[in-house]
Amino acid sequence: MSETLIEVKNLSKHFKISRKLVLKAVDHVSFEIKRGETFGLVGESGCGKTTCGRTLINLYSATDGQVLYNGQDISHLPKGKVLDYKQRIQMIFQDPYSSLNPRMTISEIIAQGLNIHFKMSKREQEEKVNALMADVGLTASFGNRFAHELSGGQRQRVGIARALAVEPEFIVCDEPISALDVSIQAQIINLLIKLQKERKLTYLFISHDLSMVKHISDRVGVMYLGHMVEIATSLNLFDEPLHPYTQMLLSAIPEAEPDPAKRRKSVKIEGEVPSPITPPPGCKFSSRCVYVKDQCKLEVPTLKEIRPDHFVACHFPRVCEEVSSC
Amino acid sequence: MEIQSNLFEMIGIEENETDVISRPRVGYLADAWRRFKLNKVAVVAMIILAILIFMVLFGQAISGYNFSDMDKTARNLAPNGSHWFGTDKLGRDTFARVWQGGRISLAIGVIGALVSTVVGCLYGGIAAYIGGVVDDVMMRIVEILISVPYLIVVILMSVILQSKSVGTLLLAMTITSWCGMARFIHAQMLQIKGQEYILAAQVLGERRWRIVTKHMIPNTLSVVIVSITFDIPGYIFSEAFLSFIGLGVQSPDTSWGALVSEAQSTFIFYPYQLLFPALMIALTMLSFTLMGDGLRDALDPKLRK
Repeated sequence: MSETLIEVKNLSKHFKISRKLVLKAVDHVSFEIKRGETFGLVGESGCGKTTCGRTLINLYSATDGQVLYNGQDISHLPKGKVLDYKQRIQMIFQDPYSSLNPRMTISEIIAQGLNIHFKMSKREQEEKVNALMADVGLTASFGNRFAHELSGGQRQRVGIARALAVEPEFIVCDEPISALDVSIQAQIINLLIKLQKERKLTYLFISHDLSMVKHISDRVGVMYLGHMVEIATSLNLFDEPLHPYTQMLLSAIPEAEPDPAKRRKSVKIEGEVPSPITPPPGCKFSSRCVYVKDQCKLEVPTLKEIRPDHFVACHFPRVCEEVSSC
Repeated sequence: MEIQSNLFEMIGIEENETDVISRPRVGYLADAWRRFKLNKVAVVAMIILAILIFMVLFGQAISGYNFSDMDKTARNLAPNGSHWFGTDKLGRDTFARVWQGGRISLAIGVIGALVSTVVGCLYGGIAAYIGGVVDDVMMRIVEILISVPYLIVVILMSVILQSKSVGTLLLAMTITSWCGMARFIHAQMLQIKGQEYILAAQVLGERRWRIVTKHMIPNTLSVVIVSITFDIPGYIFSEAFLSFIGLGVQSPDTSWGALVSEAQSTFIFYPYQLLFPALMIALTMLSFTLMGDGLRDALDPKLRK
């Protein structure tokens, strides 16, 4: 369990907007993912979660830093190893409506990876596709249909089957549930958990749905404007968030039975996310932080281990006594 | 309160029952053809086109006249038993001339559309696929070319090349017309490139050319085929227009446009000389447009029932 599968070191991905402007979508992010765990990545829209996930699997080439998979740098693999590495790492996409080719039948979509990585006869392939469809909860009769004939949840299952076909070790789930309605979200999450147990998968679970992340993740990283602001085990993070941004996010989770007395004390979300092209100097969160001090506007805080397994990038981390609900 | 999966038992779905719902395995093209046949209007249009093509090839032989033979005893005749569509002012058989003219009109339509489609697809596809600065430069060139009025290009071309042959006409018509197709394909390719199934294929480790041939081309193919069928009548009409104003095919060679142009001066007295070539132009354009409509519906699997 404690063996490190992926180590991200100082990963940066910058996009050039024009000659002078650079968008720092991911800026010097470091974290590690252990074999067999689910690492949740949360943050507001546009904070670089997806870019981080895509750079991590080399879909975008990193501007700076490196990603080590089993100790090997993935952006400098020898030519023969690339395909092997691609087999071990797969991705599940956010939008089930654009992630399936509309001109291919479901069984063709699932068989894609089989054609690339395994040599098998037509018959074997058909059996394998049917087995995969059964694994993700689809009957074999879906095989001859086209993507548009399926519902959102069924499409997402197809996406999962496509990723599983090549028998990966690590799957990046890029907001796999955000396009689905709530009852289907639970089904897909349960399916992912079931598959993880059966196949010993490691997940990077990107989402902005905090309660889902809490449910599925072992450890969670919180991103803000391309920076990692807090990494902790799921329990610690949700019980005792140390970064003001995390506290703010958590107090925004709607409660089933809200207590008005508690609610008033919680940290309210204020202001808008500043543009990532022109972020504030110093701590990126300083423009919205309620505890902001002069030092925050000058110095960029680095990620420090404040408690065992609990990292925070804040000059003045505090336990939120007043947000006892979170 | 962990729920163990072994507490649950499959009560089973009858395999046979679910199998009944599933449809037989049909390929993409076979399925498109099946749906095309359901569209009666498009099928009729296709049959009309087939008849037109047959007549264009063999009509002259059926009539028994040569399209350029003059007969001064039989000038400006109305349609009758021996001259089915009548004769023109030089006593040439209109039936033979209409089908001879059709050869050139249809050839210009089909070749023009194909040339501009191939060039446009390659150009637009390459620009979109490479992207970045190359894309910007390539598309700016297209925008400049597209802003030149096409009539000026045609007139200049026929002046510079000192010829009014069919080849010159085709060259003049296609030299800028591929730009529209290039822009169209460019936009299509950019849209497809951003789709997540392309990313998924990259993650799976699909090779670049396989992504192009398996994902990008099939998804643009239907719009390309449809735009060809819409382009063909456009070329036929352009040719008719150019012949009409005297820039097109020269006598004794003829085309539908040239025939109409010849007939319009005496149209008050001999309306049938104008009627037949005009009818052929109208029929061809209508049939291609209707067939294109049917093809577009058939090639889109989203409309499958």
